[in-house]
This record gives sequence, structure tokens and C-alpha cells, in this order.
Amino acid sequence: MSSTDSALLLDAITVVFAARSPGAQAYTAVRDTTLEVRGGEFVSVVGPTGCGKSTLLNVAAGLLQPSSGSVKVFGEPLAGLNRRAGYMFQTESLMPWKSTLDNVVAGLHFRGEDESAARQKGEAWLERVGLGGFAGRYPHQLSGGMRKRCALAQMLILDPKIMLMDEPFSALDIQTRQMMENELLDLWSADRKSVVFITHDLEEAISLSDRVVLLSAGPATRPIGEFVIDLPRPRDVAEIRLTPRFIELHDRIWHAMKDEVLKGYRQTRNKLTA
Amino acid sequence: MKIPSKLWFWQILLLAGLFLLWHVLTKPGFIPPIFFDNENRAAFFFGEPLRVLRAMWAWFADGSVYPHLWVTLEETVLAFAIGTLAGLVVGLWLGLSPLASALLDPYIKAMNAMPRVVLAPIFMVWFGLGIWSKVALGFTLVFFIVFFNVYQGVKEVSPVVLNSVRMLGANRRQLLRHVYLPSATSWVFSSLHTSVGMAFVGAVVGEYLGSAKGMGYLIHMAEGSFDINTVFAGILVLTIFALILDFLVSFAERKLLVWRPGQSETEPL
Repeated sequence: MSSTDSALLLDAITVVFAARSPGAQAYTAVRDTTLEVRGGEFVSVVGPTGCGKSTLLNVAAGLLQPSSGSVKVFGEPLAGLNRRAGYMFQTESLMPWKSTLDNVVAGLHFRGEDESAARQKGEAWLERVGLGGFAGRYPHQLSGGMRKRCALAQMLILDPKIMLMDEPFSALDIQTRQMMENELLDLWSADRKSVVFITHDLEEAISLSDRVVLLSAGPATRPIGEFVIDLPRPRDVAEIRLTPRFIELHDRIWHAMKDEVLKGYRQTRNKLTA
Repeated sequence: MKIPSKLWFWQILLLAGLFLLWHVLTKPGFIPPIFFDNENRAAFFFGEPLRVLRAMWAWFADGSVYPHLWVTLEETVLAFAIGTLAGLVVGLWLGLSPLASALLDPYIKAMNAMPRVVLAPIFMVWFGLGIWSKVALGFTLVFFIVFFNVYQGVKEVSPVVLNSVRMLGANRRQLLRHVYLPSATSWVFSSLHTSVGMAFVGAVVGEYLGSAKGMGYLIHMAEGSFDINTVFAGILVLTIFALILDFLVSFAERKLLVWRPGQSETEPL
């Protein structure tokens, strides 16, 4: 595809965190990382725990300024927050003092959209994510899966062109998780947005994505491999795991990943024993 | 542990029992003086419940207590309202401005540690013997409780919620209105029971130290003439009104904090 088709380009990004106390060393979370996501593409970023996946996503969102390198959104350099992206967080991100509906319409409200039109839109979105009867509930009255659906609706109601997702389903049990993954694919295929999906779960990455990017163990994370997932769509995430092509891809990526996982594990262990 | 179904019945029974015990122990000549060398001594030190209740009855029957009660409540409510508002504003400001909070930190700690009751005479010089010197004393007590809670509330806003709301497009004013303020409000409410009590303390202590009206003044006058029954009557009236204020706070809390887990009935879904 041509370069004008690029939705998000992280170009030679390096992120260095300053030392917290004098004498401690500065921490390089990400080094010289380039990642491009095309329009309508679903890209998963996989890497061992603590490798700076979230750091990369925060850079893409504009929440974090890279130490060097540049971010381009649809060809334009990013200044400030990424207004064309929605972000779905790993941990609880709903406002606990607002009802489900008020949480979902918050983004429209901030934009100053008409109140009654926003409510109508919000109710439609709650219906779409299966929270139809729960408009008046508060987040603490919902289950973990329902809160994730609410967060999904909260992001999608603003119709972002890019979806940034940071291990959004990692806190859910496996059944709820597969259900949410299927729903995400349904919603995504309805109007293809570009997705950057961070996960440490390789199976999740393969079953959802068009492309899987493998990151090295931290510190100074960089991409070490890229795999095109040519599984047919539409997919059912539970069923596709049993197909031979899935197993083959999983095998290949896992072999490439194994060394990095072990490296990350050794580093953590050395840090603990040192 | 099983809580009896008619709790209020047992609570009232306990109150009646306490009054009965008080009555039995203080009525002159009812039981032989064991501790005191004179049978009238117990009543002199501890009052007699029937006389206390009679004194209260007399106050409310001829209406002479109302102006005093009104003044005390006025001072309490004013100190509470102004103190809470100021605590909220300053707490939000310092919570959101790291420079200001770093600069003012030692001063705030010093002012909080200072025993503020000693300021009462100064406030009387500044504001006179009317209600405003009492409001000022109550204010200094309420302000710090609310301030520290709001400050903490702002500091402990979840960074994830904050980033999420920023990504949804909120500007600085909207962040304040939709994230910081509600978060701080929940902390204010958790301190409200304490600060209502403190506003009350400020008002009564202020009156006690110098005034011409109020429940503290009534108690002070009665003490001056060793009228222990009236002193107890004043304490009882104050206690009842403290309970009423506390009930009102609980009521407002239930209405305003429905979103908080544990504040409302959580139903399993």
C-alpha cells in the first residue's frame, strides 16, 4: 500500500525516563522503534511483560512525549494529544461517579454536542455493546466484562479513526474474554478502523490481527519480528485457534518469541538477586 | 453477629435505663451515701435527671431557649459552610498546583498543628463578641479537615481515569468539573461528619469564652451559679442537635454519593 494510506506512524521512537533519584541510572524503555499501521489494519504488539508496550501506546496517544523520533497521524506530525485516536486502558478507566450512560456520552459532552442527541446516541451504543438495560447503573454495580463493554462504547461513540488498546481484556476470565474479542471483531469489521492492540497473549494477538509485531525484552525495547496473519475473516476467536494454519503461525511466532521471554525472565531474576 | 430487628427499641430502652441509673444514684436519701459524706453531694456534682428534664422543659415551654439555640446553630452552619467551601477551593488549588503546594506546605502543617482554640480571644478582638468571632473559630477547625481531605482526593484521582478522560477530549476546565471535583467531593463527604462536629465545637467554645447569647453562654452562666442541672440540660440540648445535624449529613451523603460502592444497596447482577 502507498504511504499516504498510513494511519499511524511511529518513526524511530526512543523513550528515556529520567532517573528518579540522583545516582540512579536513566531508564531507556523503548529504543529506535518504528511501527506503521495502515488505514483499517488490525495490528497486535506482543512482547514479554515489562517490555515497554504501554509506553509505545502512550506515545501514539500523545500522552507521552518521546525523547526522540516523531509520530505522524494520517501523514501529519502529532502535537499534543492524538485527537483522532481512542484509547482503551488495561485497568478501570470509567468515571465511578457517572452512570453507564453518562460515561458513554462523556466524550460527546466534552465536544459540546447537543444533550438529547448525545443521549440518544449513547443509548444506541449501550444497546450495541449489550448494556441496553443498564444505562442508569454505576460502574461498581457492573461486572468486569460489562465495565469493559462500557469503556468500549465510550471510546467508539466518538468514532475514532485509530483505536489504541492496552491489554483491554487481560483482567477478564477466559470465556468473557473470548466473547469480548468476538464482539470487538464484529464492531471493528462494521467500519474498519486502524487498531493497535497491545497484549502479552500470543493466541489473542494471532486470532484478532492482520499483523503481529514482536517486541524484544526490556529495557531498550525494539521490534524484532513481524508476522502477517493471513487467516480468513470473519473469524471466531475460539474456533480459529483449532485450525492448522493458526497452529502453524503460533508455532513460528512462539519460537521467535521464546528467546526474548527467557531473556526478560533472566533480567528480572538477576535484578531480584542482585 | 445478629442485629436485633427492632434496634431502635433497644436503643431507647438503654437510654431509659441510663436515666434510671442516674436518677437512682443521685436522688438525695434514696440510697445511703457510700462515696460522699453527705446525701446531697451526688446531686450537687452530677445533677438530677428529673430536674434536668424539667429545666429543659421550662426552656422550651417559655421559648427562652430558642434565641440561644438559633444563634448557636447559625454560627455552626456558617462556620461549616464557609469552612467547607474554602477548604474545597484551596484544596483543589493546592492539589492541582505542585509549586504552590510545595511553597505553602510547611505553613499549612504549622497552622494545622497549632491549637486553634487559643485564637478565640484574638478573634473576639477582631470580630467582636457577636456571632462572627465564633464563626471564625469554627472556620479554622472545619477548614483544615476539609482542606486535607480535598487535597488528598485530588492527589489520589486515578491517573488512568484522568488519562482516559483527557483522551475523550476534556479540556482543563472539564477535567476539573468532571474528574477532580467529583473525586474531591467524595472525600469531603467522608470528612463531613467530623467537620459538622467541629463547627459545633467552634461555636460553643467561642460562646463559652465570651458572648451574650448562645448555648455555650447559657451553660457558662449556669456554671457560674453552680446550677449543675441547667448545665446538664444545656449539654443534653446540644447533644440532641448534634445528632440531628449528623443525621442531616448522612441523609445528604446517601442522596449525593449513590455511585460509591457500599453507599447504596449493591445488587448482584
